[in-house]
Amino acid sequence: MLEVANLEVVYNEVILVLRGLSLQVPDGQIVALLGSNGAGKTTTARAITGLLDVHEGKSTKGSVTWNGTEITEHLPAKIVEGGISQVMEGRRIFGELTVDENLSCGAFTNRANMDANYDRVMDLFPRLKERNTQVAGYLSGGEQQMLAIGRALMADPKLLILDEPSLGLAPMLIEQIRDIIVDINKQGVSVLLIEQNAMMALSIADFGYVMESGKVVMDGPAQKLLNDEDVQEFYLGLHGDGGERKSFRDVKHYKRRKRWLS
Amino acid sequence: MITAVLQFAQVGAGATLIQTLVKALALGSVYVLIALGFVIIFKATQVLNFAAGALSMAGAMFMTILISDGGFPLLPFANPLAPAEGETAGIVLFFVHVLIALALAAILGLVIERVAIRPMVGQPLFAMAVITLGIEIAIRPFNLDATALEGRQLGVPWGANSWDWGGAVVPKSYLVAVIVAAIAGVSVLFFFRTKLGVAMRAVAFDQEAAMAQGINVGRVFAIAWAMGTALAALGAIVYGMAPFPPGGSVSQEIHPLLALRVLPVIVLGGLDSVAGAIYGGLIIATAEVFAGQYLSQWNSTLGSGYSTIVPYLVMLFMLLVKPYGLFGTPEIRRV
Ligand SMILES: Nc1ncnc2c1ncn2[C@@H]1O[C@H](COP(=O)(O)OP(=O)(O)OP(=O)(O)O)[C@@H](O)[C@H]1O
Ligand SMILES: [Mg+2]
Repeated sequence: MLEVANLEVVYNEVILVLRGLSLQVPDGQIVALLGSNGAGKTTTARAITGLLDVHEGKSTKGSVTWNGTEITEHLPAKIVEGGISQVMEGRRIFGELTVDENLSCGAFTNRANMDANYDRVMDLFPRLKERNTQVAGYLSGGEQQMLAIGRALMADPKLLILDEPSLGLAPMLIEQIRDIIVDINKQGVSVLLIEQNAMMALSIADFGYVMESGKVVMDGPAQKLLNDEDVQEFYLGLHGDGGERKSFRDVKHYKRRKRWLS
Repeated sequence: MITAVLQFAQVGAGATLIQTLVKALALGSVYVLIALGFVIIFKATQVLNFAAGALSMAGAMFMTILISDGGFPLLPFANPLAPAEGETAGIVLFFVHVLIALALAAILGLVIERVAIRPMVGQPLFAMAVITLGIEIAIRPFNLDATALEGRQLGVPWGANSWDWGGAVVPKSYLVAVIVAAIAGVSVLFFFRTKLGVAMRAVAFDQEAAMAQGINVGRVFAIAWAMGTALAALGAIVYGMAPFPPGGSVSQEIHPLLALRVLPVIVLGGLDSVAGAIYGGLIIATAEVFAGQYLSQWNSTLGSGYSTIVPYLVMLFMLLVKPYGLFGTPEIRRV
């Protein structure tokens, strides 16, 4: 189980971006993390996978715990070895490398089971099989997303963090990616699904968190969030009158919840 | 002047052309080796290594210490210069010593990376380049101390001997240079297909994404510095074989500037391209050698000066036409 507790993250020693964020991803579940632009979702993913350093970021309070071990200060390689992989926002495939070479990079920490993991990825993404010797930069957006997910699976993670996998994809492709996430989860991989596409995320998630300005402002079982009027209004646009987007905090039924701060 | 013309007439235009071509290929091989050193370090770490001059010379120095002083005291090898010319054992021993010298150069590269580069990661690129310049300045005195004024001898089992190819004089060392560079080039290309080599290309393309895969970026940097230093050293060692200009020695005058002469090569080829280093090295050397041979005959105003200027002219022209070189990546990514 992944446990983030009261996490604070500061960029460049001054910009406070996460302000006491807490969330949990129990084994075998899909957990959705929702929030609008700049809420701090990507920062959360970086904090879990040890990538804050690259961005001059630091966690100043709180902790990230993975199966009982605190990993807040661990290096990215150690975290990947420990079973947490991330599919970064914007796919970030290695455009000058071939599909197979990209996958081989994903297996950097897990060479022993490379063949088995490769076969598993190819079963999930037959499209990649057809293009395995092609330079990845020439793949379509959907194929690149598949490659990014496949690359992360090459490490055989127990927890997969996906940062906006639906970004920039056509509705049909989003559905495909969604089904694949369900398949991966069925193979026993827990998923932390970061999304702005709340409908897509909540439709497959067990549990959901809504974050804003660096902390969780609402959480609950996915079904409950889907039915929640505030979530519907703000993220699903169901009751909206087409006006300007309000801050989630302004939605009138909203009640601040503080139980994780205790 | 008259004797020169006479000699030229004796050798014949065809033979002169062959000699010039072989010389260009040999010098090109030296340039390719040193350029590969620059490119590997730049590609992996985005640092332009201005310490290449001192590092390559130090590597060549290791070689002279290993062989000219009668073999490294701790190793059971005899002085490879002792066997009669042409003896296979002597040649094999010589190349074993080259490999040891390269290993020492690689270790020097590792130490430099660990001590001076790694702690500075994240600094602006310009600062990093200046740091390498500091390393150059720090190592140079050791080199100059270690070389006697007239240079340290770097004898080879085949001496300064040459073949006669239908009137054209082809030094054996030139052929060795070409073969060594070809082997090194192929090895580098092969390395880029291995696990670590693929990881290095991944780091070059997107450092953060590489880290997210669990690739140890620090280790990739270390390997790049080790390889880059060894390749530059190999170039300097080859250049120490007669009849290259230092005349069978590591020269206090010529060797320190060797790496600087490769700058037009990497600008021409592209800072981050292996293919660019190879083509760039051959093109610049060809321009340089042909200018030295033919332009100075045609107009003696500059004499051998033509060969010094022409590489930069080619480079300037390339900058005007293709600012990122023949094979360079247009924008330098940085996380
Ligand atoms: N490297 C950085 N240095 C300084 N501030 C940063 C850095 N990265 C992100 N931020 C700031 O932190 C805040 C949260 O950014 P983050 O990328 O985590 O948001 P997000 O929820 O992922 O948004 P999006 O949905 O647009 O991807 C933003 O205000 C952003 O400007
Ligand atoms: Mg984001």
